[in-house]
Amino acid sequence: MGKSLPIAPVEHPWATIVVLLIAAVVFGAIPLSLAWLWARLFSPPKPGIQKNATYECGLESQGDAWIQLNVSYYLYAIVFLIFDVEAVFLLPFAAAFSGLSLAACLAMLVFLLLLVEGLIWAWQKGVLTWA
Amino acid sequence: MDQDLKTELSKHGIFATSFEELYNWGRKNSVWPLTFGLACCAIEMIATTMARYDLARFGAEVFRPSPRQADLMIVSGTVTKKMAPQVVRLYNQMPEPKYVIAMGACAISGGPFRDGYNVLKGIDRYIPVDVHIPGCPPRPEALIHAFMTLQDKISAQHLTGESRPRHLKQDLPSEFPVPEFGEHGLEPQQNDEVFRNPLKVLQG
Repeated sequence: MGKSLPIAPVEHPWATIVVLLIAAVVFGAIPLSLAWLWARLFSPPKPGIQKNATYECGLESQGDAWIQLNVSYYLYAIVFLIFDVEAVFLLPFAAAFSGLSLAACLAMLVFLLLLVEGLIWAWQKGVLTWA
Repeated sequence: MDQDLKTELSKHGIFATSFEELYNWGRKNSVWPLTFGLACCAIEMIATTMARYDLARFGAEVFRPSPRQADLMIVSGTVTKKMAPQVVRLYNQMPEPKYVIAMGACAISGGPFRDGYNVLKGIDRYIPVDVHIPGCPPRPEALIHAFMTLQDKISAQHLTGESRPRHLKQDLPSEFPVPEFGEHGLEPQQNDEVFRNPLKVLQG
């Protein structure tokens, strides 16, 4: 107690961090550079048309990846949303049906009818007929 | 390094090795096969990887679904003429060094379906096969034996010199020609650089 350590005090409070940072970088860089060196010596690159092909299931890829989808699908997606939201609310509605008050039941019916109205509107517009 | 000197040193508790041995030791204990089954032999291959036979003991349990990450292709089953181009293409897409085990009678010669109009009479007609396993199907022990044979082959490969394996020779191509359908089956019927026709070998 009271006797100071023989190591000289560090001048800057961040000096330890800097030393550790350099050590961490070197620790990562040494195996990576060794692997790179080994690959340069004992792994001659041999690229080829099939080796560099994007598709890797043995079959040759056919056609173009930039195909266009029919724009009518977007209407289907919107109509799907109607049923989607409806199903989310219908499930708790059905589960709690026997204990519901009249007001809650009416509110749910209004919600359902609003969605059904949207569906009828879309139907009348001819969205459900594929063109 | 002299083998006798090495044995003598090991008696005194000194372990001597070379980079080549270390490298091959690492390679042979981490062979990654391709997830690729063709027929009934594939069931035996699957059984080999499972707990009862446990291919993981040999460091080869990591079956890779992509040829880019695989070292070893186990051709497990009948290669039909329709499948052969895909097999060769998959082999071409694997990075080197790569190895092939032809598993079962079908993969090495066509097996019981040899006379079928649609059956390739052995995958060694198109790609170089390192280990052949006979059997219909071979038992998992046979596949494990083939595996250990392949490990012996890997550990005996040299990194330098004229006897170094194909993948270390810069001028040799890594891709093998993929057969195509012609009027009478696959064309060409075999890759003459790879295939050692047993009839011609017998004739000398």
